[in-house]
Amino acid sequence: MFKASWAYDEAPESTNHIQLKNKYDLYIDGKFTKPVKGQYFDTIDPSTNEKIASVAEATSEDIDKAVEAAKKAFVGWSKLSGKERGKYIFRIARLIQERAREFAVIESLDGGKPIRESRDLDIPLAANHFFYYAGWADKLTYAFPNRSPKPIGVVGQIIPWNFPLLMAAWKLAPALATGNTIVLKPAETTPLTALKLAEIIQESGLPKGVVNIVTGAGETGAAIVNHPNIDKIAFTGSTNVGKYIQKAIAGTHKKLTLELGGKGANIIFDDAAIDQAVEGIINAIFFNQGHVCCAGSRLFVQESVAKLVIDKLKNRMETLIVGNPLDKNTDIGAINSKKQLQTIENYIKIGLNEGGEIYQADCKLPIKGNWCAPTLFLNVSQSHRIVQEEIFGPVLAIQTFRTIDEVIEKANNTPYGLSAGVWTQNGAKIFHLTQKLKAGVVWANTFNKFDATSPFGGTKESGFGREGGLHGLKPYVKFD
Amino acid sequence: MIPNLDNLPVYDTAGVNERIARFCSRSIKSNSKLEGLRLALSMVDLTTLEGKDTTGKVQQICYKAMHPHDTLKNIPTVAAVCVYPAQVANAVKALKDSGIQVASVATAFPSGQSSLEVKLLDTKFAVDQGANEIDMVISRGQFLAGNYQYVFDEIVAVKKVCGQAHLKVILETGELDTLDNVRKASELAIYAGADFIKTSTGKIQPAATMQVTYVMLDAIKDYYIKTGKMIGMKPAGGISTSKIALQYLVMLNEVLGEKWMNKNYFRFGASSLVNDILMQLVKAETGIYQSSNYFSKD
Repeated sequence: MFKASWAYDEAPESTNHIQLKNKYDLYIDGKFTKPVKGQYFDTIDPSTNEKIASVAEATSEDIDKAVEAAKKAFVGWSKLSGKERGKYIFRIARLIQERAREFAVIESLDGGKPIRESRDLDIPLAANHFFYYAGWADKLTYAFPNRSPKPIGVVGQIIPWNFPLLMAAWKLAPALATGNTIVLKPAETTPLTALKLAEIIQESGLPKGVVNIVTGAGETGAAIVNHPNIDKIAFTGSTNVGKYIQKAIAGTHKKLTLELGGKGANIIFDDAAIDQAVEGIINAIFFNQGHVCCAGSRLFVQESVAKLVIDKLKNRMETLIVGNPLDKNTDIGAINSKKQLQTIENYIKIGLNEGGEIYQADCKLPIKGNWCAPTLFLNVSQSHRIVQEEIFGPVLAIQTFRTIDEVIEKANNTPYGLSAGVWTQNGAKIFHLTQKLKAGVVWANTFNKFDATSPFGGTKESGFGREGGLHGLKPYVKFD
Repeated sequence: MIPNLDNLPVYDTAGVNERIARFCSRSIKSNSKLEGLRLALSMVDLTTLEGKDTTGKVQQICYKAMHPHDTLKNIPTVAAVCVYPAQVANAVKALKDSGIQVASVATAFPSGQSSLEVKLLDTKFAVDQGANEIDMVISRGQFLAGNYQYVFDEIVAVKKVCGQAHLKVILETGELDTLDNVRKASELAIYAGADFIKTSTGKIQPAATMQVTYVMLDAIKDYYIKTGKMIGMKPAGGISTSKIALQYLVMLNEVLGEKWMNKNYFRFGASSLVNDILMQLVKAETGIYQSSNYFSKD
């Protein structure tokens, strides 16, 4: 009914300013090092499925070397004054800012996310995290008064593919500020920005071995998790892998923080600012193609405004631009990998078989690459699998509700507990819900907002431990 | 009859700002930019509203309206010339059969602080002089005092006097304080018979903003869904560069879409915007930005 008629010409961000090697080695002990077994894998551009570069596959022998380097480096790094540690972290933050444009382009190339997001969100936030924790490095005794915080030792960090550089920053910055040394593994589909970060770390003059970046898939991750000389594991990823890790380190001395899956409830009351709530729904589920652990993937709309909200939502979806991640006008980019696309398509099939009513935006999808149109499922209930399980894609399950108690019960009726959103212009209602909803973060009249000063993390099967803010220091220190 | 104002949609300022930021981050390049610039030029109500306006001044802007920049081929004329009632006859004469509309402000513009009788006479005078479009102001004092019926009745009365002339209702959003008030005033104007709703007189700061325009477009959208009738929109004041104009068009494109993307349903109340658009069009043709001295200042 309100079809846009003015089609914007292509506005691609240029790629001629980026520097990428054909082949990337492991960053161990301050040097790029060939993998012991000499194996490499391809990292591909999910918008075309073409190869970008070869990346080393680290085996347990390489992990031994990395952990050894980190252990050696710990002696000096942990004794360095907080002020000196802070200087290095500040330097890394500034170098990321200086090369923000290059990072943004590589992030979109390797991961498929729209350049608008990598440019405006991923990269600036990553720099912010380093700046923020650099500031804490010499103030740890104020963060934990009278408790003399000490670093834990060698930390193994395993990060996901949805926000590659940002998740690296979330993990590295607090660990460095508190004096730990690190072995970090980026996800196998998106290793490039972490490897570019390794170059920056090298350039920053950070003492060798303090940060080691090793690439590889699940087996590489398992080698880190099971390594006897690692003192702490920090993992962000799926709940299944999280459970595996918890089992694997049971009975060892290793500390653990997990940030896992979610099935966030986004709740729209009839007294909400409806138009902004619709925008909030879009942002909650279609941000980063829905590859967001805290995505608002379960929508609850109060029945009296359900038709209005759904009509407006469908209408708004028509103006979303799906396509080339490097185009500045792209709203929704490529699905991160073939495998993930299969997972999403499988869930869409399940939804249809379960009798859900599907609605997809009428948008042209590119032929090459991995793409999924923004999708809604109507007429579903808590008993549907697409409502219960994390899809990790642009697929929203919509239910209606009548009363506050009903929606609280349904919102909490999930093994997950990472995020939730509440939309109402009634302040009292907001406070009532924020107390009752079992979720690590509850947004009111907004969604998917992140800040370096704000702690983030889950409850229930969404994990434990916090990243960001003062709380984010705690998992990386021990007390006498 | 006066619409029910109790159950209107409400607006969250932070959310509206976020949406606006998305419109502004659209990157408009190459042909789509040229298309947008030409469209924006065709939507301008070239305006002079000064105490010192004379026959000579009005004739000059009328000529500019008909001949924005003769060295550029394939550019449209502006949509209308907007003047005070006393200058309407001059403008009508100067524009002859160019197809450019003559818009006149009326109803004790810009404050609207007069009697209904005077306002109706003011409107009638402008219409009799040959104005095809009347830009009236609402009584903001009465609106803020909660006398919605008064505001509504006034618009209905003015509309009657307009006859064939199109009625644009100026809300003067810079005095309405909240987005919810902007929505309420839009609703009153639309239901009272406005053909267009317009943000500002240009005499009060802030004049048009994307935020208030967004809310007004939303009101137009809801009215269309309900009744199938299309209402036009005119942001006025402060839209001085091509970049801002294109951002408004992006918003129009993505909120109301193709039916509204023409001068019958969207106007810019502006004056210096025209030369900035021309400068951009010349740049597209020649590859260089020319000095402002190459563009006529009328």
